[in-house]
Amino acid sequence: MANSQRYTREIPHRYRLEAQKFKSGFVSLSRRYVDPETGEQEYEKIILKGTGTILTYTVIYVSADAFSKQTPFVIAIIETDEGARLTAQVVDCEPEEVRIGARVELVFRKIINEGHSGIINYGYKAVLI
Amino acid sequence: MVGIVGYGAYIPKYRIKTSSIAEQWGNDATTIEQGLMLKEKSVPNIDEDTITISVQAAKYALKRSGIDPQKIGAVYIGSESHPYAVKPSGTVLIDALGIGPDVHVADFEFACKAGTEAMFVAYSHVKSGNMDYALGIGADTSQGAPSDALEYSASAGGAAFIFGKENVLANVLFTHSYTTDTADFWRREYMHYPRHGGRFTGEPAYFKHILGCGKALLEKSGLKPSDFAYAVFHMPNGKFPLKAGTTLGFTKNQIQAGLVVTAMGNTYSGSSPTGLTAILDIIKPGEKVFMVSFGSGAGSDGFIFEATEKISEVQDLAPKTWDQLNGKRFYLDYGKYLAYRGKILFNDIV
Repeated sequence: MANSQRYTREIPHRYRLEAQKFKSGFVSLSRRYVDPETGEQEYEKIILKGTGTILTYTVIYVSADAFSKQTPFVIAIIETDEGARLTAQVVDCEPEEVRIGARVELVFRKIINEGHSGIINYGYKAVLI
Repeated sequence: MVGIVGYGAYIPKYRIKTSSIAEQWGNDATTIEQGLMLKEKSVPNIDEDTITISVQAAKYALKRSGIDPQKIGAVYIGSESHPYAVKPSGTVLIDALGIGPDVHVADFEFACKAGTEAMFVAYSHVKSGNMDYALGIGADTSQGAPSDALEYSASAGGAAFIFGKENVLANVLFTHSYTTDTADFWRREYMHYPRHGGRFTGEPAYFKHILGCGKALLEKSGLKPSDFAYAVFHMPNGKFPLKAGTTLGFTKNQIQAGLVVTAMGNTYSGSSPTGLTAILDIIKPGEKVFMVSFGSGAGSDGFIFEATEKISEVQDLAPKTWDQLNGKRFYLDYGKYLAYRGKILFNDIV
């Protein structure tokens, strides 16, 4: 999310979880035009409900500068109920509360500020439910 | 009749205790807790602001309304902490919730009254027949200068209301607004913190406008305080709304359910709207609510609502306000609180 043009293009999936569902059943949240398994190019647009399960996670103690005020924090790979896989920060919890298999809900949060004068980047994070 | 067809509140999970702030400045915590009737206040997580709070509250309102977001014709967010000085909060919200692009969007500002201002305009659009549904939101991550009295109360949260004509949860029976130019509280451009007139914010500002609006609203409606099950007023602390309410003739019992300030603090534009959601969470069909907001500068918006049969079907569809206030929460120490609220300077990181 380095500039305002790219940021604007990514709004559909970052803001409201617009995903692509291919004929094979493969669901991709980040924009893909080709099913990586079958090469199929036909897909339907779906909106993810925003609930899912943690497949795996890690706790970040030494972060990139932009996230240094948030350490320690949890980054998880989550599978949504529709089958899309995504990486997201798990917030509003202590790291020790997070477990593989825990149910989460995606919420709308601020990801980073581009400095003091740049745009504010919003997107999805996860909270435990 | 036109009224609320969906409502929702969102309060961040982080808190700071009154005692943590008092210790920092060498003040007596018990005196302040009793004086303000406030034990703790909500603080936004580091990744929360007026926009994210508004989105979550509006999600809950949509859930309770069951309507298609595309049917919403106008979105107004009232706040004194819009994240951008230039670039609307409402545009982020509509794209996050799938509203529009055929929609009218505006950000409102009128100190602590911006939320009810948004509600009033949303309601008026539907009443005029201009559109079927309109969304009004009051939300803030309120500012208070370090060591100022406001630091004990300025908190974070918000409430969203969808107005419509069908499947109404609470009809709007009457409204009234009361406004004068009163310099009781202000923040100039580029300034981090608001300033205020100390005791001048009381009688000539808060009480004059709340009582002026409240009396006119009672007169207009022909109703008596005893005709209402609940009353909610702007809540800069616990004492002011109780004093204003009892002066108008309401009892402490009528005010208690919406008196969220004691556990949440003052969410500025989100204050009386969040109190209203706490009442809607428990109200029974046929019961009436008396509401008067207050925004410095200064003015008050008054509403009289009457709950319909439909309210009982939706109260459990989204998190209730007191459950959020009394549920899981994390306490910050004063240093962490300063960092979360951007009250200390860090080096630029990009």
